[in-house]
Amino acid sequence: MHELAITESLLNIASDYAIKNNAQRVISLNIITGKLSNIIGDSVQFYWDIISENTICEKSILIFNKIPAKFICQACDNEFEINSELIPCPICSSMNLRIIQGDEFLLNSIEIEKDLGDSNE
Amino acid sequence: MSKTTVPIVKKIMSANDQIAEENQELLSKNKILTVNVMASPGAGKTSLILRTIENISTQYKIAVIEGDTAPVTIDSDKISSLNIPVVQINTGGECHLDALMVRNGIEQLDLSNTDLLIIENVGNLVCPAAFWLGEHFSVVIASIPEGDDKPYKYPNIYRGIQSLILNKTDLLPYVDFNIDYFKKGIEALNPGAAFFSLSCKTGDGFNKWTNWLKTKIQEIK
Repeated sequence: MHELAITESLLNIASDYAIKNNAQRVISLNIITGKLSNIIGDSVQFYWDIISENTICEKSILIFNKIPAKFICQACDNEFEINSELIPCPICSSMNLRIIQGDEFLLNSIEIEKDLGDSNE
Repeated sequence: MSKTTVPIVKKIMSANDQIAEENQELLSKNKILTVNVMASPGAGKTSLILRTIENISTQYKIAVIEGDTAPVTIDSDKISSLNIPVVQINTGGECHLDALMVRNGIEQLDLSNTDLLIIENVGNLVCPAAFWLGEHFSVVIASIPEGDDKPYKYPNIYRGIQSLILNKTDLLPYVDFNIDYFKKGIEALNPGAAFFSLSCKTGDGFNKWTNWLKTKIQEIK
């Protein structure tokens, strides 16, 4: 339900970088979402199409790159990927785990279109 | 026209986090311990806040920020009836408080005259977890009638918390609730988090919570 707030933040960051880089328009956005970040891509896309209208990001495409969740076992230092949350360490069965990857929600890059002849700074 | 890729690598929540950081700086500078109270609707957030006020307001000056999705003042009326300064934030349907709303709330408080700021988030076990408000620590309240499987079903809100309150323990005789199973889930998500089981209704176990809270208030002084 908070995808609207998130999408607004995404639009602010992307527009900011696009304008700074003298873009004519934004073609696509590369977004990284961790498996545990609870972001629903379809929902972000839905809001995106509405709120990006009449901005430099209008008609741009959102590309979601999902990355898996990884935990490290605090007891035996084993690193492992998980599909469901809260499984014990597969090696020593400890439940003392720390998340090391999987809660990311990043705008990694944007692809923009520029006028030819612009300095490529 | 030419196509270019612009590298960014920026947290999409960074705008919120930036304001949250400013909130925390301001609160720390004024030596105000700030707690973000999160829970599902009906778990006992307001009851916990009211009883905490009754227990420690003679020793410490408390202020409250109340988040609600609807324009009601039911909770804030209860708090102001105890002569505690309270700011009501109506999120206008949004499912969570964010750092900007809290900043607007903080601006309405007398910071030089506050030891403890309690923020009551919107009742929801999903969205509030994504928005840091600038608090020094968050506390999640679970309650017996919700069932013992909630840490497993809503891991995001139960992860990264410093303290967990299990409320309504007076209902244990009437509800099938396995405390060990529940605690195991909390410990897996937050090794070392403080755990308090209590009843806001009977007061059972409540002193442990307020004693812990008092040490936290002292630590920031």
